[in-house]
Amino acid sequence: MRRYFGRKVLIYVLTFFLAVTIDWLIPRFMPGNPVQTMLSRTAVRAEAARIMYGYYTRAFGLDLPIWQQYLNFWNALFHGDLGTSVYMFPTPVARVLMRAVPYDIILLLPSILLSWFAGNWFGAFAARSKWLDNTISPLGYILTATPYMWLGILLAWILGIVLDIFPIAGAYSFDLRPGLSWVFIASVLHHWFLPFASLFLVGFGGWAIGMRNMIIYELEADYSHYLEALGAPRRLVRKYAFRNAMLPQLTGLALQLGVIVAGAVVTEVVFSYPGIGYLLLAAIQNQDYFLIQGCFLFIIIGVLLANFAIDVSIVLVDPRTRTGMLGEAA
Amino acid sequence: MTDLKERSEILYFALRNNKLKVGLGVLLFFVVLSLVGPLFTDYAPFGYVGPAAQPPSSEYWFGTTTFGQDVFTQFVLGLQATFLVGIIGGGLGTLIGILVGFTAGYRGGIVDEILNMLTNIVLVIPTLAILLIIAAYLEVRGILAESVFIGFTAWPWAARAIRAQTFSLRSRDFVDLARLSGMKPGKIIFTEIAPNMMSYLLLVFILQFGGAVLAAATLDFIGLGPTNAVSLGLMMNYAVLWGALILGMWWWFVPPGVAIMSIVGALYVTNVGLDEVFNPKLREM
Repeated sequence: MRRYFGRKVLIYVLTFFLAVTIDWLIPRFMPGNPVQTMLSRTAVRAEAARIMYGYYTRAFGLDLPIWQQYLNFWNALFHGDLGTSVYMFPTPVARVLMRAVPYDIILLLPSILLSWFAGNWFGAFAARSKWLDNTISPLGYILTATPYMWLGILLAWILGIVLDIFPIAGAYSFDLRPGLSWVFIASVLHHWFLPFASLFLVGFGGWAIGMRNMIIYELEADYSHYLEALGAPRRLVRKYAFRNAMLPQLTGLALQLGVIVAGAVVTEVVFSYPGIGYLLLAAIQNQDYFLIQGCFLFIIIGVLLANFAIDVSIVLVDPRTRTGMLGEAA
Repeated sequence: MTDLKERSEILYFALRNNKLKVGLGVLLFFVVLSLVGPLFTDYAPFGYVGPAAQPPSSEYWFGTTTFGQDVFTQFVLGLQATFLVGIIGGGLGTLIGILVGFTAGYRGGIVDEILNMLTNIVLVIPTLAILLIIAAYLEVRGILAESVFIGFTAWPWAARAIRAQTFSLRSRDFVDLARLSGMKPGKIIFTEIAPNMMSYLLLVFILQFGGAVLAAATLDFIGLGPTNAVSLGLMMNYAVLWGALILGMWWWFVPPGVAIMSIVGALYVTNVGLDEVFNPKLREM
């Protein structure tokens, strides 16, 4: 187990290091001058522009030697200093992001977990009967091939505009103040449903197909045939197949995280849902480089944490990782 | 002689496979539409050619946008962009995956360790986040550049899968024999190992193609797509930005989504069909 985690943690540390380096590298080595671009968008008076140019050059630390810029970047990072947002001046980027994180958690955690469990459940059923297979599999392929934003747009149009059941923008009604009242919570849930549903549905399709194919593959494996030959009941064989099929699905979840994050970004954009993804769009449109970099870092940290959580559950599910063998996921 | 027999056998199963026929049929339809479609329209994709917000009619087949642009023109040109991204982005992703996978799987040892570590790292990083940050700093972007970026970030899972396959082929007798006869590693990989994995590599390319199409749609939708061309993701981006939802202009945002969904779905179904054709174990299904 120690070897398994040791390897994983090394990869995560290297990944974080690389990600931060990329985050630092890109604004400095891209063609064009980001400070200039940023100022040309804001259209201020000449002397104000000069002062702001000086400020941002110093804030980016562009007047220092390269290696020192790099060390300063890490130093600031460890102090939780991600710079100041231009778009929401003068709020620090870290605070802007912390305000958005709760929305991402309530949106992503349920949609990822529920779609994974429901997909596995229905996929396992689909492998069992011809009738279910003929309905769930095509549906699964259609759902998993649907671009996240398009499903979001369709749901918003049909359920939000045409039928007028759900609101299509924001995280809660504009005439409410955030608080712990039932009215507010109901409003939050009401606004949460459509973005949740579009993330859930796309994910569900993929997991259902994955599980169906996995189970069929496992049922063809030698141990299944052997169990059948011994006269084991079908239920028991299915149960073993399901447990073995779980593992690739768990590793699959880790592999899919990047795609899910991308899906969440565009879904938040469609529904103007104030999470990191929506902020990212605002940051891009306003050329707010500090905010873009901050969003990037938060996404990386979130994905690393999720990966670690998946690793822990793999250790719980797969006994091979506990006994020192590397098992499926290594 | 055996080779010929094997080929006709695969062709026999391919022609009988419904999944393959449906998948390829849908793909062919969109390819033809993207090639022939532009011949039926004289409009520029972003030209203000007609009255605003018109539903589909005989003059404007897919209606017009809020600005009076012809949706059909944008749609067929967007289809071309989609296939271009799929071929270049998916092709590049597959190529890098092949290079890394073959090298790591065949060489083993320290080379494998390093490449494996690199693959695992890139696998963990949400690649779209990297694409976003690169795209955000580029002022002028083309479809070609977008495809290349997508290809450079999409390869890790392909590399991992190809590495595993190479690993299992490496210790087969015929490879040992080639090695004993003094063949160079590069030649062994391309004349002994690669031909045995051709069907597998084709499946990898198909999945990479689909992934590249979806990644491009995502980038375009956030407004980080090509700045000098039209694409399906960009159409949806404009539709949402300019109130197509509230105005009920479904003809603006439905076609691009249907096209992406059909193309990617058809690729997946083709993939399953081909898998059944190549893999005798799955044929009864």
